[in-house]
Amino acid sequence: MKQAIGKLLWWFEERLELRTSLWTVMRHPIPRDLRTQVGWLYVFGSTAMTLLVLQIVTGIGLGMVYVPSAGEAYESLEHINYNVELGWMLRAIHNWSANGMVVLVVVHMTQVFLMGAYKYPRELTWMIGVVLFLLTLGMAFTGQVLRWDADSYWGLGVGVAMVGRIPYIGPELVELMLGGPTVGADTLSRFFALHVFVMPGLLFASLTVHLYLVVRKGISEPPKPDDLVDPETYVEKYEEKLKTGDPFFPDVFLRDAAFIGLTLLVIVGMSAILGPDGPGAPPDPTLLAVEPLPDWYFLPAFAVLALSPPSLETGIILIAPVIIVAIMFLFPVFAGKGQRSPRRRPVAVLIVIGCFLSYCVLWQLGVQEPWSPHMTAWSGVPVPTHMIKGRSPKELQGAAILQEKTCRNCHALDGQGGQRGPDLTVVATRLTRDQLIRQVVQGGGNMPAYGKELNRFEVEALVSFLETLKPEGYASAEASVVTDRAD
Amino acid sequence: MNSQSGEPPTMETATTRRGFMEWFSWALLGLGSVAMAIPILGFFLGPILKPRADEWVDFGPLTDFPQNSTRLVDVLNPLRGANDGMTGKVAAYVRRIEGETFQIFSTHCTHLGCPVSWFKESGLYMCPCHGGVYYEDGGHASGPPPRGLYEFEHRVEKDRLMVKLGHLPTLQDPGSAHVSGKNS
Ligand code: FES
Repeated sequence: MKQAIGKLLWWFEERLELRTSLWTVMRHPIPRDLRTQVGWLYVFGSTAMTLLVLQIVTGIGLGMVYVPSAGEAYESLEHINYNVELGWMLRAIHNWSANGMVVLVVVHMTQVFLMGAYKYPRELTWMIGVVLFLLTLGMAFTGQVLRWDADSYWGLGVGVAMVGRIPYIGPELVELMLGGPTVGADTLSRFFALHVFVMPGLLFASLTVHLYLVVRKGISEPPKPDDLVDPETYVEKYEEKLKTGDPFFPDVFLRDAAFIGLTLLVIVGMSAILGPDGPGAPPDPTLLAVEPLPDWYFLPAFAVLALSPPSLETGIILIAPVIIVAIMFLFPVFAGKGQRSPRRRPVAVLIVIGCFLSYCVLWQLGVQEPWSPHMTAWSGVPVPTHMIKGRSPKELQGAAILQEKTCRNCHALDGQGGQRGPDLTVVATRLTRDQLIRQVVQGGGNMPAYGKELNRFEVEALVSFLETLKPEGYASAEASVVTDRAD
Repeated sequence: MNSQSGEPPTMETATTRRGFMEWFSWALLGLGSVAMAIPILGFFLGPILKPRADEWVDFGPLTDFPQNSTRLVDVLNPLRGANDGMTGKVAAYVRRIEGETFQIFSTHCTHLGCPVSWFKESGLYMCPCHGGVYYEDGGHASGPPPRGLYEFEHRVEKDRLMVKLGHLPTLQDPGSAHVSGKNS
């Protein structure tokens, strides 16, 4: 029996010759220095790749039930969530694994950047890596569209508005993107084709080249300070290291195995506990009481769009991404030699810290959206009681007008309400009566003019209420301070 | 077959024949590829090769729109496809100033296309995304939008309000009321 199996295996080996091909690749030597703790930093790439495989597997599963038709996609997602056995779980895994993939790709890139692993002779590996990063983001965006809910509908609207700003050919590109003059069945189908055929194909093709380069050029040894990369001598030195190297499989792979296992556990756990993402409100263009938000990783971009000055905005939308990608892509061409260790590359470390800090700050802003009116504050957030206690009827009328005229959507009282305009809790200490009237009637800064919406009695009442808004014992704003403005 | 019976071809005839074959093969490949590429490219460029213009839609009798008021109207998009489902609907704000003077606004913010909400209490449109605000007449009041709301062309026909719309308005291709609109 044993002999028969051996014979059979040999029959295949004679034809496949795996011992001299695949097996040598699996056993390719890895520098010994990876044996130390630092070896744990080398596990992110393989884990991101594993998640890609997981995406393919779960994606195939979803593809068997999802209906990529604008009229039915939403219902089919609910069908997967509620009717299909474990459908909710598969959607959850697909979602959390996608999130994980974005995170791991970024972590992997950061590690490669900090350890100077993109330098000679691995520049091309990095460049293909940048392509893989962009494709991962592309998959994230197209995947978000397939969720076909209100966020996805209005998210497309935002995409259209950006593409539509491209000079000359903007409108044509919009029609190509949507597959017609408006968001509809052809739009969903083409994003489906992108998400399911085009981008995975490109991902696999790029990944193949990336892996080929990783194996051919070898895994970079952990950098030592002042061990400079010199294209003349690097290869020789590296090959010397490999003589004492450990085989990738199974020795070095053990760490990858452990981290991949952990990651899979985390994703299964998160999926089981947090469940799938959406679909949210239906993609109905006539339901306007929605506040579209992109998925979390795009929130900083969302914040940039809110904060950039209108005059620069089109430039920021259209040109900045091109510059950023070009810098990322060409970086190793300009910095492909010399120091690799982060200890000797303070600028590289600062760049990474700067990027992460600005990302986090913008992300935080994107979550809070201080620039957005709170659409329900006028009816949902009452005036604090201590502000109306003991007020005259006219002042009370003013408080009512403040609510009724939706002022609270932009102005907070005691920190409650919109953040778009200044908090009015102590406004009377800042503005005089005349200035208040002027601001209400004519607007100014970010504030619209309310002159046409309020008659003079309403303005009168509103301002007398605003005049009471100051801490006990404080004086009102002095008219003299700003006489030049109150002309 | 010829060479079997007669002399083997001389060097010279062989090169000319090969030259011709070479040229012919490349030309054939080129021709075939171009012939095949035309319909395929044409298919992919379809949406711009055959653009669809906006169409007139019935928004209902004039009596639906009280003087000096603004309301949201839902209609079916005249350019919708058979499988568009609810995305085939479209909404627009109708402002009746007085008599037959109307303004019809798109619900898409001119900044980046988010849905603007109408607050009749303050006479403002507010955008939930980046704080764009517009006045009752569609003019820009505050925030990042680079212009006022997109407007659609309208006319009154047999006491009914007709509006011309369809495509998703963008900065360079705004609503039908803007003469510059490509689709209008
Ligand atoms: S989309 Fe309306 S303000 Fe940005």
